Amino acid sequence: MRFLKQLSFTLCLIFVSPVQAITTDELIMIRSSQSFPETMAVLQEAIKKQGYKLSRVQRVDIGLTQMGYKTDKYRVVFFGKTEEIHHLTKNYPSLIPYLPLKIAIFAEGDETILVSSNPLSFKELYPDAQLSPLFENWSKDITKIFDFVQFPD
Amino acid sequence: MGWGFTLRSLSNFVATPSSSPLPGGELEITLRLRAFASKKPTSAIGYLQPSDYFETHNKHWQNISGLLQLMHMNLIKLHQILILFCLPFLAHSATSAPDGEALYSENCSICHGSDGTGGVGIPLALPDFINQAPDEYLKRTIRFGRPGRVMPAFDKLSDSEINAIVAHIRNWSDKRAPAWDETPVAGNKQHGQKLFDQHCITCHGKNATGGTGTGVSFSRQKDLPITAPALNNPGFLSSASDLMIKNIILNGRNNTPMQAASTFGLKDLDVNDIVSYIRSLQPPLHSTPPKPEEEPAALIYESSYGFDETVENVKRAATGMNFRLIRDQALDQGLVEAGKESQKQKIIYFCNFKFLYEALAIDPRVGMFLPCRVTVIEHKDTVQVMSINPKRLSRLFNNNELDNACTQMHELYTSILEEATL
Repeated sequence: MRFLKQLSFTLCLIFVSPVQAITTDELIMIRSSQSFPETMAVLQEAIKKQGYKLSRVQRVDIGLTQMGYKTDKYRVVFFGKTEEIHHLTKNYPSLIPYLPLKIAIFAEGDETILVSSNPLSFKELYPDAQLSPLFENWSKDITKIFDFVQFPD
Repeated sequence: MGWGFTLRSLSNFVATPSSSPLPGGELEITLRLRAFASKKPTSAIGYLQPSDYFETHNKHWQNISGLLQLMHMNLIKLHQILILFCLPFLAHSATSAPDGEALYSENCSICHGSDGTGGVGIPLALPDFINQAPDEYLKRTIRFGRPGRVMPAFDKLSDSEINAIVAHIRNWSDKRAPAWDETPVAGNKQHGQKLFDQHCITCHGKNATGGTGTGVSFSRQKDLPITAPALNNPGFLSSASDLMIKNIILNGRNNTPMQAASTFGLKDLDVNDIVSYIRSLQPPLHSTPPKPEEEPAALIYESSYGFDETVENVKRAATGMNFRLIRDQALDQGLVEAGKESQKQKIIYFCNFKFLYEALAIDPRVGMFLPCRVTVIEHKDTVQVMSINPKRLSRLFNNNELDNACTQMHELYTSILEEATL
């Protein structure tokens, strides 16, 4: 009993700590010191490592170049978890325009920038309590993916 | 952003007791935690009596469950856990100031570049920029940001953290920071406006709304180092003193299009008038912004047609509005085995490359919502057509210029969805 009291008190302390891992920023961005090809390879590895499947890569720069516009390398990487996508499309169809998840990755000189919307901002867009844990998990997963891209070791 | 321990850092802790008690009978405990504001682990060493603490054999306990196990074994008590968690914080606070380089890397380098050469954000390391910017200006800029001009307000950073970032930025110049002086400049703002419209409006825009695009990426050639700032921005006017603005107008900025006032034959009193005009543009920074119109997250229409016909309608509507079809695919394509994709959830991708190029020039981050797509699904015996709502998403970017493009995109999506479903 004493142990349980201690446990619950400790957990309370942890969870009401003023500093949480979860950021409230609406975008998650990082700069990788690696060049675009290296960063793209690590990003794909990181996405898989986090348990997601790559759906496809949209080569935005290729389309722009073919149409005569000058641009640096710019891709959008789509990814998701099969079961999760099926569950959400069946039960929350209004979420479909935001599925699968995506990360924009573009070159900036010798470095690379990665940007994703922060799924936590979806809480305001979809104020359904049952979706909140999902958005939190996505946010944490994207943060972990970005962490891995920056610090693959 | 304050120091502290996050759930992630708690799950990364490692507590290592020494293999044998110290001569005084105490046990040395090394605790490593990855703290919130740093990518590097923070270490702290504590000294506790072994009788109150761990067993004396060498052992690592990792993660929260390990910690709870120790509690259950009665080898560690609650107050000792709290001490342990506080140790790195206290040790770090007591022994070191915030790491400006790490904070810059974490918060600023994404937009301004690792070495301040710019990117989505302006090049902070430009000598004439940094040598004309007092520390107070930089601090206020970080604190207030630039509402509607991409740069966010870093209201979670502590004063000491902001000071550390400014000190790091200052390292890029071998000159001392200019003095901060808030003495107001008196002048004739009507005359100042006349001079502004004559000499400044080309770069800084009507009413000093600033140049277009962001930083140096996509929006401009890389040899143009800076976007003309929005001088009417409440963040800028709350950060810059009159004398700082005057100094920049008088001297210009080398290696940028900003020329010295003398180039235009302007005298000191003329510059005072221009400063007075710019200052008169200042709205209150903390006034309550108008509440944005409530917008749904997605645009969703029910189609009067069957699934396949609706898909064709979307394609026809998009091409009719000068979009080029890129591809259509099952929503779960790539996520399931080929041939087993859902046949009643289809995404149609299309693009107007001119619009795409212009949108990326305004803000390269917006690409995560591009290219354009409409999804058609069959759901509970109805066919629905849906897209993101660009007007709602434009709020993510703190970029007024992008708001206009998003409004335009909202109208195009609405037209396509209506045409495909009605």
